[in-house]
Amino acid sequence: MNTHISLKTKNGLSLELKNPVMSASGTFGYGTEFMPYGDVSKLGAIIVKGLSLKPRPGNPLPRIAETPCGMLNAVGLQNDGVEAFIQHKLPALPTHDVPVIANIYAACAEDFGELANILSKEEKLAGLEVNISCPNVKAGGVLFGQDPLMASSIVQAVKKNAGKLPVIVKLSPNVTNIAEMAKAVEAAGADMISCINTITGMAVDIRTRKPLLANIVGGLSGPAIKPVALRCVWQVAQAVQIPVIGIGGIRSAKDVLEFILVGASAVEIGTASFTDPTTIFRIIQELPHVCEELGIKNLEEYRNTLITG
Amino acid sequence: MEKTPVLPARTELTVTDLVPFGSIGDKKFFALTLSRPHWSNWHPGQFIMLRPSSWNSELTWARPFSICRVTNQSLVLFFQVVGRGTEQIAQLKPKDKVIVWGPLGTHFAMENMPTLLLAGGIGIAPFAGYVEQYNLQNKLTMFFSHRLPEQYYPVESLTRHIEVETNYEQNSEDLQVTLDIIYKKMKIMAENNGLVLACGPMPFLKNIWRNALSLGVATQLSLEQRMACGIGACLGCVSTTSDVYPDKEKVGLPVQTCTKGPVFWAHKLNLDA
Repeated sequence: MNTHISLKTKNGLSLELKNPVMSASGTFGYGTEFMPYGDVSKLGAIIVKGLSLKPRPGNPLPRIAETPCGMLNAVGLQNDGVEAFIQHKLPALPTHDVPVIANIYAACAEDFGELANILSKEEKLAGLEVNISCPNVKAGGVLFGQDPLMASSIVQAVKKNAGKLPVIVKLSPNVTNIAEMAKAVEAAGADMISCINTITGMAVDIRTRKPLLANIVGGLSGPAIKPVALRCVWQVAQAVQIPVIGIGGIRSAKDVLEFILVGASAVEIGTASFTDPTTIFRIIQELPHVCEELGIKNLEEYRNTLITG
Repeated sequence: MEKTPVLPARTELTVTDLVPFGSIGDKKFFALTLSRPHWSNWHPGQFIMLRPSSWNSELTWARPFSICRVTNQSLVLFFQVVGRGTEQIAQLKPKDKVIVWGPLGTHFAMENMPTLLLAGGIGIAPFAGYVEQYNLQNKLTMFFSHRLPEQYYPVESLTRHIEVETNYEQNSEDLQVTLDIIYKKMKIMAENNGLVLACGPMPFLKNIWRNALSLGVATQLSLEQRMACGIGACLGCVSTTSDVYPDKEKVGLPVQTCTKGPVFWAHKLNLDA
């Protein structure tokens, strides 16, 4: 079957994906790290590690901890900065064969706008994903994603500078009402929404009496958060008209279909790429077969067909 | 240090043997033998990520292991039970399947010069393969410090090839003996334009790192860090570089221990960071 997905936006922009399976930012490096394990041009899209204007060293170690069915991270957006990405990382990616989406982070709306402006000049890029939901940085991060007004101001700043690049806004689950946030960023001009980023959490050692992360708290990801992610995607998909990209604990083609069923047009694979570097390639290979088994002929027709009453 | 570039691969291997070391009933140290992966090449100091095929989603990550030896038939690992993952790996039976990706990371230098191997505890693992591959064994000297009796470690796989000086640390005085021996031996290497290679726990490596800087002796350290992916993506295992790190953009910044290491030149790291 054909798994092609077209993510269309109101203003005539679109993201054309071979299949609905993309890599989640922060779990797939800059793409090249996974080349020994599969053909990265087979992905729906590659979303690279979050970029900031200047290089960031990230948080002190330990910054990752394994938890039941998941993991906590407080990496703190360590990255080489946008210039190093454009010079060294982007040219190494097969951008003719697979859409590459840059995930961006900044501490204020102005810097978000500047990042979008720099990246909008890169013809090799297919889109931007705006991180207003990182729980591990002191300035901005999830705070932007918890306040509809702040989130709107960032989305506007990015949209104004993004040129022809579709803008995906990545939402945090650490809010009281994610549908409200979704409506706010849609109204501010977001072309698509991806959700969820990690859920804030912590883990401790009762012997040493220390937290497992130097940052004390971090973001929980992995299969443990899939039920929360499904709920969020479902609520967001009911609330907005723009395409929704589901993220959270996906590790099989069946998981992908769960997200599509509740309203996602596409998905991102995150922590499962750490569990086994071939996971994303296996999911892409399995998806048409699982669809066939279930008699699904068209993913767009299957999308958002949850029977609730 | 760069020789043949080795492309890592992900394969499923079969457990052929699991042998506990040490006293009966005290199952903490194991040699795990797997069917040989179809690697074109590998170098001592490199590591693999291993995840039993039977693991479900409860345990999220694979586990990193230094490559101990590779023979015609098998890949041998030596490990210590330290947590939930290694506890379960210590339960593996012959014919069980494991997912392995590797060989990963950088490796120890092999040069035609006097070479001192320094191992602390479980850090002995990569040196078994090193002494097997190194064809100038008369250039090698080795010192091994350990906190459990010698029978817990695969010392024999080394003494087969070279002489190994050991120190069994049972108290703080024994620890001081270890530090003194290491300093003296590194000083000799410094005077003879030799090379020092070290693997062991962080306090052990930090001491060697300080000696390396003060004595100015060429030294490589094999670092161990908590890792999720082993391939440079998770950024959980970073080590901080010194101001002489060759990649100017990374000076004083964290780099992945899994891909830029685990074997680093001592002077290119800042272990006090």
